[in-house]
Amino acid sequence: MDTSRQRGLVAALRTFLPEQAVLYREEDTRPYECDGLTLFRQLPMVVALPETEDQVRRILQLCHERQVPVVPRGAGTGLSGSALPHHAGLLLSLAKFNRILSIDPRARTATVQPGVRNLAISEAAARHRLYYAPDPSSQIACTIGGNVAENSGGVHCLKYGLTVHNVLRVRGLTMEGEPIELGGLAPDAPGLDLLALVIGSEGMLAVVTEVTVRLVPVAQTARCIMASFADVGEAGDAVAALIANGIMPAGLEMLDQAASRLVEPFANAGYDLDAAAVLLCESDGTPEEVAEEIERMSAVLRAARATRIQVSNSESERLRFWAGRKNAFPAAGRASPAYYCMDGTIPRRRLGEVLRAIQALEPKYGLRCPNVFHAGDGNLHPLILFDDADPDSVARAEAFGAEILELCVQMGGTVTGEHGVGVEKLDQMCSQFDRPTLDTFLAVKNAFDPAGLLNPGKVVPTLHRCAEYGRMRVQGGKLSFPDLPRF
Amino acid sequence: MDQALSQLCETVRAASASRTALRIRAGGTKDFYGNTPQGTLLDPRSAAGIVDYEPTELVVTARAGTPLAELEQLLAENGQMLAFEPPHFGAGATIGGCIAGGLAGPRRVSFGPTYGGVRDFVLGAKLINGHGELLSFGGTVMKNVAGYDVARLLAGSMGILGVIVEVSIKVLPRPLSHHTLRFELSEAAAIDRLNEWAGRPLPLSASTWHEGTLYLRLAGASAAVSAARHQLGGDHIDNAEADAFWNSIREQTHPFFAGELPLWRVSVPPTAAPLSIDAPLLIEWNGSLRWLRTDLSAQQVRECAKRAGGHATLFRGGDRSAGVFTPLSPALATIHQRLKAQFDPAGIFNRGRLYADL
Repeated sequence: MDTSRQRGLVAALRTFLPEQAVLYREEDTRPYECDGLTLFRQLPMVVALPETEDQVRRILQLCHERQVPVVPRGAGTGLSGSALPHHAGLLLSLAKFNRILSIDPRARTATVQPGVRNLAISEAAARHRLYYAPDPSSQIACTIGGNVAENSGGVHCLKYGLTVHNVLRVRGLTMEGEPIELGGLAPDAPGLDLLALVIGSEGMLAVVTEVTVRLVPVAQTARCIMASFADVGEAGDAVAALIANGIMPAGLEMLDQAASRLVEPFANAGYDLDAAAVLLCESDGTPEEVAEEIERMSAVLRAARATRIQVSNSESERLRFWAGRKNAFPAAGRASPAYYCMDGTIPRRRLGEVLRAIQALEPKYGLRCPNVFHAGDGNLHPLILFDDADPDSVARAEAFGAEILELCVQMGGTVTGEHGVGVEKLDQMCSQFDRPTLDTFLAVKNAFDPAGLLNPGKVVPTLHRCAEYGRMRVQGGKLSFPDLPRF
Repeated sequence: MDQALSQLCETVRAASASRTALRIRAGGTKDFYGNTPQGTLLDPRSAAGIVDYEPTELVVTARAGTPLAELEQLLAENGQMLAFEPPHFGAGATIGGCIAGGLAGPRRVSFGPTYGGVRDFVLGAKLINGHGELLSFGGTVMKNVAGYDVARLLAGSMGILGVIVEVSIKVLPRPLSHHTLRFELSEAAAIDRLNEWAGRPLPLSASTWHEGTLYLRLAGASAAVSAARHQLGGDHIDNAEADAFWNSIREQTHPFFAGELPLWRVSVPPTAAPLSIDAPLLIEWNGSLRWLRTDLSAQQVRECAKRAGGHATLFRGGDRSAGVFTPLSPALATIHQRLKAQFDPAGIFNRGRLYADL
């Protein structure tokens, strides 16, 4: 670490930020060394915690002038290392931007600062019988600024959309400290749809300082079906059959047997532990509408060879059905010293094939891998259980994960459905995209941030990195963990 | 790469080398829209046809030159639809032009999964950039955050970033039941009522107000539609008549759109009070889209839209010298120019169609 550079930056920041808003001692910067992906850690040179947009603007201008990289951070719950600090950079925490600025029940919008938690928006809107639809599993902790950066989804996005479908307007600053407003409360903002580009850009194009989201009316009622299947392929076919019958469930989730057995002792959700797969299928709307839809769903699931069907008869029962799925990650944390959550998306029709392939890889890497799955939109979350105290186990977990992602690409899917590329999936980006397309991503980055200082090195792999990765894959035809130079 | 695509790439490379402006045009059904196009005609319809359609995946992939009518027919045969209900504006409309124009129809402001404009349903796209390279963005799956979302950026880009040659679009099941209601209401009362309804979990699928009458389309599960119908009151319109009405709004064949007076598309927050311009008016999208027929100057219309919190586009006719789209802030204009320079360094694609300097 260049301490004179660090001292100079701290002194310059303290001319307009209070002392406690600028951290640089190791004991103070340590909490920021990683986000939700703890496999990657890096201490930042300096951490800044501004609380006004003007302070953010001055921080960015200062860093731009001194050529200091800036990494924005919300709650740090991200799972791909998008908020991993830069060793010679400033970590920009937006945690103090935690105010809900306004809720307009008539226009059905909420304008909030980026550090507001996802669930806090719905809680504040609840008295108007409105809510913010995207509900990532981390919604009690993750912030809307982070959701914008990652284009977060959730269990209800098949019906109600992702972050990109539910954010109307973003205010932010470019790396040069220039304020920009994207989108708006009026539809179809003039010019190119830069809002769509910034959402999911992992904090590399602009720093978000204000977000206006769309709120939707709370459904009068919701009921959930829990269906068991003797085979994962049949469960996948049941999902296809629901869609083929014109049904759009409010939520459609699957757990394989290993996942059900993992969560059941923890959540007591009542899952059928003998089933190869458990499907959760939710309907929401008016009571009449839900009754009609549950009837249609049940008929389709029965025809698709469900071995057991249970319908929630009360709100507490519905929440119990979901408790297992929503607690899959904590349950994995209890069952194993550590777990590594993957995030590929595949065409739904390939589900059975992919799950069987993952099962077949378990002995190869000597690790267990239960699967939870946003079945409605093809987003797979294999949970690789490993021991983080054992370097060999860590290396095997990472190699196992990489092979699953390669599998998703081969199946016509993508290496990340909702967790982002960050630093985690840079190598697999080389498999999914050709060089001219990757160069176009760099060109987009360049259009917003010509100096390349905002969250550099994330999302888009360099030419050199892809060449290295290509050579590694050629050796022996496939990834082999003992050779991995990545740890 | 097949021959049609490599031919298009070759044409682009040659045009870039000689800095020959290209005017990308398929069926020409939206020639009226945007600023006046310039350059040598490039017809991308050599790339046409459905590439992949698996109804249970809710995704269709088609070459850009595929006729919109053919695509919609295929979806209808499978009980599905393009949720954004795009206008065709003529028999020659293609899916590529539909994406590049970015125009959605009545269902754009609806409840539940059908809510959204063109970009909300774009999952992937293939584009030929100014270097004549074929690029592939996004994919065919619902959730995909690998790389920046360039596929959605292409929706409404008016062809200035390159030649769109293929798109993957999320499709949805057609609603099981639909029903149109009519109410006699003043403009202010209609705006008020629409916003109140939109805050309730009702299966709203489209709305239009014109000359004291509000038309409301409900669509969804039959139980939901009939419950809403009894809750809302109003007069029922026969389904055949209603379909014809909504089609006349979507395709702008309704008498409101006839005649020579300039047509302005004013986009505002849905709760905006009636605009201060006294002119023939038609309102869509729960109050957020207000069509005006007026020969007031661009400055007057834009100032009025701005006061209401929105922006105005000169959609058809009129004096187009001030540019048909609302000008960008300097900061956004800079980003636009840099993006254009990155995608199209020789500046050959649809020069001036979106803004004069792009």
